[in-house]
Amino acid sequence: MLQTAGRKGTSTPGKAAPHKRYLEAFRWMLQTRIFEEKLTSLYRGGLITGGVYVGRGQEAVSAACGMFLKKGDVFAPLIRDQAGRAAFGEPLLDVARTYLGSRQGPMRGRDGNIHRGRPRAGQLAMISHLGAMIPVVVGTLLAKRMKGEKDFVGLTTIGEGGMQTGATHEGMNIAAVEGVPFVLVATNNHYAYSTPNDREFVCADLVDRAPAYGYEGRSLDGTDLSECLDVIGGAVERARAGGPPQLVVASTLRLAGHGEHDDASYVAAEIKGEDFARDSLQRAEEFIKEEGLADADTLAQWRADATAQVNEAVSTAQEEAAPDGNEEDWSAISTRTLTDRIS
Amino acid sequence: MSVSYLEAIREAQAHLLREDKRVFIYGQDISGNFGGAFKATKGLAAEFPGRVLNTPISEDAMVGTAIGAALEGMRPIVEMQFADFSSIALNQILNNAGTQYWRTNIPCPITVRLPSGGTKGSGPFHSQSMEGIYAHYPGLIVMTPATVEDAYTMLIDAVAIDDPVIYCEHKYLYYHLKADELPKNRLPIGQARVVRPGRDLSIVTYSVMVHEALAAAEELRADGFEVDVVDLRTVKPLDTDTVLASVARTGRLLCVGESFPWGGVTAEVIARVATEGFHLLDAAPARLNAKDTPIPYHPNLWSEHRPNENSIAKKARQILAE
Repeated sequence: MLQTAGRKGTSTPGKAAPHKRYLEAFRWMLQTRIFEEKLTSLYRGGLITGGVYVGRGQEAVSAACGMFLKKGDVFAPLIRDQAGRAAFGEPLLDVARTYLGSRQGPMRGRDGNIHRGRPRAGQLAMISHLGAMIPVVVGTLLAKRMKGEKDFVGLTTIGEGGMQTGATHEGMNIAAVEGVPFVLVATNNHYAYSTPNDREFVCADLVDRAPAYGYEGRSLDGTDLSECLDVIGGAVERARAGGPPQLVVASTLRLAGHGEHDDASYVAAEIKGEDFARDSLQRAEEFIKEEGLADADTLAQWRADATAQVNEAVSTAQEEAAPDGNEEDWSAISTRTLTDRIS
Repeated sequence: MSVSYLEAIREAQAHLLREDKRVFIYGQDISGNFGGAFKATKGLAAEFPGRVLNTPISEDAMVGTAIGAALEGMRPIVEMQFADFSSIALNQILNNAGTQYWRTNIPCPITVRLPSGGTKGSGPFHSQSMEGIYAHYPGLIVMTPATVEDAYTMLIDAVAIDDPVIYCEHKYLYYHLKADELPKNRLPIGQARVVRPGRDLSIVTYSVMVHEALAAAEELRADGFEVDVVDLRTVKPLDTDTVLASVARTGRLLCVGESFPWGGVTAEVIARVATEGFHLLDAAPARLNAKDTPIPYHPNLWSEHRPNENSIAKKARQILAE
């Protein structure tokens, strides 16, 4: 089952069969693209309230993030991480339920879209304030160490936009001070909403910051799935083995708006011809065909399987009841005896 | 033998570290033999190795780390060096800790200790009272202990509670407020306390202002007035019932707080009494807060910036004359 394969995905770069790993990653990427196209279509049809945020162009980076984490690890995904979330074990139904506001989803209509999470399953629920999840991951790792757990790692993702916040600076530093097994994967998709790199930072490459924080740093072409798997897999392995915190900086172009409400008309025409603007999914599919890793029938079958899984998740969520304000007890704390009530 | 308010806080933490393996303390300059800017953790690092941890000057990351540890089953206590610096951690406290349970159904049991309030010479950035800001946002419990007994028992309760607690300890009370011994009993969290019963005026207050209010009440007694003084103990949840019962006895209300005047705890108390107990009032309810300026450095200015025994007594006489 593809749904659960990522959980078991403990493949090690250079050791396990790389083709098998590549194909597994490709399937997570494919499923993500199909799911996000479905979500976009539901949004355009007025069936999703709020917004839809897709990872188009970043699927290879994200899939690699999820695939090397296993049960007991901590993953704090961000806005463009459907592929990584799925590879880490998040059911598609969680996604559909959250976007469609089902009361049976993990967020029960209280929060939407990319803000979903299951902290007890190691997947933290992001807040919108960028960099804020970095120290939270550090805290989970510190606790695991205090409890005597072994063989764990924490990974969170961010963009080049989020790399400029004070919270990111504090969080990156405290991870190194605590010496926890931590990986930060930063994707430079060249736009913070509409703001291009030249108004975001001036260092030559964000990975140059790594040594200043006591991290090992590596940069990679985020459109190349093989490189994503090797570099991110290696970073996870080194952190897990007791190495210093790892910073991976991937280069991509966001091949969509910030959200589906945004036509991204501000993206400069010339940047679309850059190598980092290529579509990682398309590149992976071409590679699979060139290398004969899977034949056309198999690829078609995978596409059909993913489409069926997506449709099933969406139709299930669509049939479920929406939350009802009259049935809420409107307490933001768990200790109900201490809920403040105003008449 | 006697125990100060500050010693009670230290003893509560020693008790928590001894009794509960999930507890650790996280803050600036709290470890080693230094024991914190105010010595609230003095000796604890040696007694509990690896559980009293110094942090970089990173308030946001300190609270973020505590949130992550709490989600993994620990019971972290974060010591802010001064309440004022918790402004750097507002995002983590309000948006991450405060929303966690509501959003994910997983509680977030962190305790953030805020050395709060003014003392002589501390100035604008080492004197603030932040309880109003934290009480305004959903998802947090806000404690404001006024006595040695409450300082001890409420901190122990704060760590036991499954939700985020903002524990506002008042620096003015640290050294001079003393009790004979640590308390053996505790009043439940969420319950206010009638410190002094009266029949002419209710003064509803909390934290350090309980003591200024008691001094004012003593002064008014010489004039023949019996003032009912209520210590809220927690400003969130706010024990409206005890406040209303007090106003029912007296018909008059003065609410006193050391924080800035716009909005906040005093405004909330008066709004509730006006809404739920309008019929109990024989005079317009009033409030007394610090002035709407940054907190001054010089003692001559500071002592007039905050409410004090004299200004409380003066305001009380105005209400009693109505």
